[in-house]
Amino acid sequence: MTKNEALFNYLLRLGDTSLILAQRNAEWCGHGPFLEEDLALTNISLDLLGQANSILLYAGAVEGKGRSEDDLAFHRTEREFYNTLLSEQSNGDYAKTILRQFLCDAFDYCFYSELVKSKDETLSAIAAKSIKEITYHLRHTSSWVERLGDGTEESHSRMQNALDELWRFTGEMFEMNEVDSILIKEGIAVDLKSIQPKWESKVKEVLERATLKIPANAFMQRGSRDAKHTEHLGFILAEMQSLPRSLPDAKW
Amino acid sequence: MVNKEKILAFLSEIPDPEIPVINIKDLGVLRDVVVNGNEVEVIITPTYSGCPAMKQIEDDIVSAMKKNGIENTKVKMAYHPAWTTDWLSDEAKEKLRKYGIAPPEKSTSDKGALAGKKKTCPHCSSENTEMVSQFGSTACKALYKCLDCKEPFDYFKCH
Repeated sequence: MTKNEALFNYLLRLGDTSLILAQRNAEWCGHGPFLEEDLALTNISLDLLGQANSILLYAGAVEGKGRSEDDLAFHRTEREFYNTLLSEQSNGDYAKTILRQFLCDAFDYCFYSELVKSKDETLSAIAAKSIKEITYHLRHTSSWVERLGDGTEESHSRMQNALDELWRFTGEMFEMNEVDSILIKEGIAVDLKSIQPKWESKVKEVLERATLKIPANAFMQRGSRDAKHTEHLGFILAEMQSLPRSLPDAKW
Repeated sequence: MVNKEKILAFLSEIPDPEIPVINIKDLGVLRDVVVNGNEVEVIITPTYSGCPAMKQIEDDIVSAMKKNGIENTKVKMAYHPAWTTDWLSDEAKEKLRKYGIAPPEKSTSDKGALAGKKKTCPHCSSENTEMVSQFGSTACKALYKCLDCKEPFDYFKCH
């Protein structure tokens, strides 16, 4: 694998994760539990979409085959996507959406804080831009996890169910392969093992305040590094890609 | 021969599509103009990564250039240095306040300005206000309400 191929794959991981999570949160548009939260989720979605846009634009340039950010978003199939399994999980109830976003925000916060130091100038600039937005998201979702977890019996049990369901998808976020080793050597990528303890302590701190318990069963589902996904991704892509695929020349 | 200063002057008249009282220069979105013979590169930076107004701003720039007889325009998006509300001039902040949007307070290094600190109501100047939501009508604003005049208002977040 060449450095360029590794970088292309790395950018797809980051861009696809932001894109799919943006699409998931956008599903709440007009359906939020109340107006302010509807706005919050769609605002977060918009930030993520913007991040995905700049990363995939760069991915297209790195690949050098003339693919635009839209080509990459709308004209790849399920087995060509590298987003994390966590990002594609269904919205479920509001507790599950908020917890999914919180676990991703905590990861993004630790990850992009480090990526700012990347020797790749484009990635470093995108990270510096994104971290401001992510800090805001994390503050928002942390406060909701705490409020709902340490809330009523009903809200607590919904949060605990969400945690039991989603925890198994958090392990693979830190999985590294050849792509990482090539890019870490170049000073481009973040060593995921080094940010894992930071992520764990951030997450545990909030979950403790929220009186939520991390599941004892340590089984972790993996797959996204090999572009293998849960059953949800196909449905997301079918909806997200239907317009540009059925009307390929459609313009805004 | 096209002149950089002249181009910057007419581009500075383009209003922000969401907040038309301030222009794209005041907002800090318009960064630079580079003239290469007959080709002109206009460099802009987004406020927030996903700001939907950016496409509109790009279109507005291209049409302003055409109106001034410049056909060969490239609009380039730069991410570095990342946009910050510190670039807003005092004059721009005053325009925001008059428009009904509480301007960002001081600098982004003041983290209190992001979190709990009281904001001044742009309608009645009362400091008896509270945050309704961290997220407002656009990505760059948060939603507040005034407990004295009872009016809701947007706060332009420190970023």
